[in-house]
Amino acid sequence: MSLKLKKGVNKQSAYNLRDPNLDYEAAHTLSIIVDNESGVLARVIGLFSGRGYNIDSLTVAEVDPDGHRSRITIVTTGTPKVINQIKAQLNRMVPVHEVIDLTLKGKAVQRELAIFKVVANGNQRVESLRLADVFRAKVVDSTLKSFTFELTGTSEKIDAFAELMAPLGLKEIARTGIVALLRGDNSS
Amino acid sequence: MTQANKITGAEIVIKALIDQGVDTVFGYPGGAILPIYDELFQQKKIKHILVRHEQAATHAAEGYARSTGKIGVVFVTSGPGATNSVTGLTDALMDSVPIVVISGQVPTFMIGNDAFQEADTVGITRPCTKHNWLVKDTNKLAETIHKAFEVAGSGRPGPVLVDVPKDVQFASGCYTKKNEIKKKFIKKESSIDLNLLDEAISRLERAERPIIYSGGGVINSGQSAVNSLRNLVAGTNFPITSTLMGLGSYPASGKNWLGMLGMHGTYEANMCMHDCDFMLCIGARFDDRITGRIDAFSPNSYKVHLDIDPSSINKNITVDAPLIGDVSQILSVLIARWKERGSKVNKKKLSAWWKSIESWKAVQSLGYENSSSVIKPQYAVQRLEELTKSYNRFVSTEVGQHQMWAAQFMGFEEPNRWMTSGGLGTMGYGFPASIGIQIAHPNSLVINVAGEASWLMNMQELGTAVQYRLPVKQFILNNERLGMVRQWQELLHGERYSHSWSDALPDFVKLAEAYGIKGIRCEDPAMLDDNIREMIDYPGPVIFDCLVEKHENCFPMIPSGKAHNEMILGEQTEENSISDDGAVLV
Repeated sequence: MSLKLKKGVNKQSAYNLRDPNLDYEAAHTLSIIVDNESGVLARVIGLFSGRGYNIDSLTVAEVDPDGHRSRITIVTTGTPKVINQIKAQLNRMVPVHEVIDLTLKGKAVQRELAIFKVVANGNQRVESLRLADVFRAKVVDSTLKSFTFELTGTSEKIDAFAELMAPLGLKEIARTGIVALLRGDNSS
Repeated sequence: MTQANKITGAEIVIKALIDQGVDTVFGYPGGAILPIYDELFQQKKIKHILVRHEQAATHAAEGYARSTGKIGVVFVTSGPGATNSVTGLTDALMDSVPIVVISGQVPTFMIGNDAFQEADTVGITRPCTKHNWLVKDTNKLAETIHKAFEVAGSGRPGPVLVDVPKDVQFASGCYTKKNEIKKKFIKKESSIDLNLLDEAISRLERAERPIIYSGGGVINSGQSAVNSLRNLVAGTNFPITSTLMGLGSYPASGKNWLGMLGMHGTYEANMCMHDCDFMLCIGARFDDRITGRIDAFSPNSYKVHLDIDPSSINKNITVDAPLIGDVSQILSVLIARWKERGSKVNKKKLSAWWKSIESWKAVQSLGYENSSSVIKPQYAVQRLEELTKSYNRFVSTEVGQHQMWAAQFMGFEEPNRWMTSGGLGTMGYGFPASIGIQIAHPNSLVINVAGEASWLMNMQELGTAVQYRLPVKQFILNNERLGMVRQWQELLHGERYSHSWSDALPDFVKLAEAYGIKGIRCEDPAMLDDNIREMIDYPGPVIFDCLVEKHENCFPMIPSGKAHNEMILGEQTEENSISDDGAVLV
C-alpha cells in the first residue's frame, strides 16, 4: 500500500495532549516556594522546556535566608488542563514545597521593575522627562544626551511607557519579569 | 563530634547502604569511584556484581528491584560510567522502578575544568531521575544517601542518583544513621475525596458494562493492593484487563481475565474498553499505547482513576472521579464502603455484558496460522509457556514483536514475575534484567524472551552470567529481522525495508560455546518441545537460538490513530488500515 503523507497531518494524534480545541489559553502567575539549593532553577526550567510548556516571565530570589527558601514567580500560558499538569508536575519535584496559582487563588499584586535608556536631544529629551513624570518613573542616571529611567508597575504600564519612549530615542530596556503576592492579610 | 568518630566518605557510603538493608550492588569500577570500591573490598555484607557495561548494571538493578519489591543499587564511575547509566535511569523513571545509582565524580576542586572523565552528571541525569544530588561535603553524605533511598522508594517509585566526588570519598566526616534523618522529603499525601469515592461506588453499583483496567501501580503498591484487586474482581464479577506493566496483578488463569489491552492487546479487552459504561482504572496512566485515538477513547464511560501521582490525573484522558493516593489504601477503603452499602452490582445487565464479551472472545484474536515446516514465533512462545508455567518462573523480555507475543501468550499468576521495558521500550533491557532477577532468586527459572536484534544490544553480559554462574535462559526468537520495525515498514512504508535486516549475525551456538555455556539451535517445530526441555534442564546459562518465521506480523493491532474498536485482527484485513493521520504517530 502506498502512503501519501500530507505535511502536518496530525489532528488525531495521541501526542496532541494539549488539545487546544477544548479550552481557551490563559496566562497564569505561579508562585513556587523551593529549597534554595544548587540546580533548583535548572530543574524547574528543565521541566518547562522538557514538557513543552511556555515561560512568559520568570523571576527568582531567596526570600527566606534562614530556611534557605527561594520564591520563583513564573508567568505561563496554557489551557486549564495544561496549567493543572504544570502544577502537578512542579509539586512532584523534591525541592518544591509549595505551588500557588495566584491567578486562581484570588487577587494578586503583580509588579515588574524596568530600566529604560533614552538618548535624545532638545524637545524629545524634555518630552521623555515629562512623560516619565506622568508615569512616576525615576531618573536614576543622566548625561547631557540621555536619561536612564527606573519604572515599577504592572507589565501593562511598563509596556505602555516603552511604547511612548520608542519614538523619543529609547535605546535599551532591562526588565525584571513579574514578582507577585496575594492581596489581603493571608499568606499563601 | 571528635576526630575518632569520623570515617571516610567511602566508608560512609558502604555503611549507609548496609544501614538501608542493601545486600547486592551492580556496578563497574573506575578512577573516580575507587575509594568506594576499596571499602567494598574490605567488607562482607554487600555482594557486588561486576557487569560488563554500566547500562547493564542499571537494567540488572531494575530486574532485581522489580522481582523483589526492594530498591536496586548501582555503582558507576564518573564521565562515561555515569553517561552509560542514563538509559537505565530513564527506563526506570518511565516504568516507576526504584533504583539508587551512586556515581563517582572528579574531585570538587576539578569540577568544571573538563577534567579527565568529567561529565556534568547531575545536569545530564536531572530529567531522567526523580531527584539527584551532588554531594560536596562528606558530613552530608550519609544523610543524602538515606534521603535518596527515601525518595526512590516512596510515592510513585523511581530512580535517583547520588554523585560523589573523589575527594569527598577520601575525606573524613560524620556518619548519620538512617533513623536520625528528618522525614521532610516525603510529600504529604492527599486524603481521599469521600464524596467522589461514594459517587464512584454508586456508579459501580449501577454499572451495566463495567471494566477494570489495572496497571503497574498495583504491583508497585504491593501484595495488599494485589489482594484487594483480586477481591474486588471476585466480589463484583467485573471483567479485568491489565497493561503491559500490570500483568500478574490478576492471575491469567482467573475467570474474569480478558488478557492485556492496548495496541497489541486482545480484541475482547479493547472492545470492553471502548463499549464500557464504567471504567475503573487502577494504577495505570492512560498511556498512548493503551488509548489509541484519544478523542475516540471509551466515549461513553464514567471513568474512575486511582493513582498515587497527581500528575497522572487528566494528563491524557479526562476522568470523572480521580482518587489520589496509594492504590492499596484507596482500594481497601473503596471495597469496605462498597460492602457497607450491601455489595451491590447490576447483576442482570452484567450477565448480558459477559455475553457480549464471550462473543468477542470467540473471535480468538490471538489466533495464527501454524506451520509444520517452520517455527511460528507465537507457537514457540506458547510451547515455552506450556513447558515452563509449572516452574517457579520469572520472565524478562527485550523490546519488539517477541515482547508482545510473550505478553499475549504467557500467563502470569503472580505479580513481580514479569519484567519488561514498557514506557521507554529499551532494546537490550531483557538480558541484564534477567541477570538481576537471577541474583535475587538464585533457585528460580529465569527466562529472557528475546529477539536477536535486541539481545545483541547487551550481549556482553554473557560474561557476567558466566562469572556468577547464573543459569539464565536466553530464549531468542531469531527472525533475522528487526521484527517490529519491519512490520511497520510493511504496513506504513510501502514494504521498503530500510535497515531492518539483522545482517552478519553470529552463530549463537558457537557464541555460547565461546563462553563455555550451552547453545541450542532449533528450527524444526517437531523438535521445539524437546529443545525447550533441554534448555530448562541444563544447570547453567543457555542461549536458545530459535529460528522462526521471518515475516510474521504481530496481531491483533490497533493501528496508529485508530480507536479500540477499529483494531485489525490479521493479515487479511490490514490493507489500507493506517490513515495518513495515523502514520505520523510512533
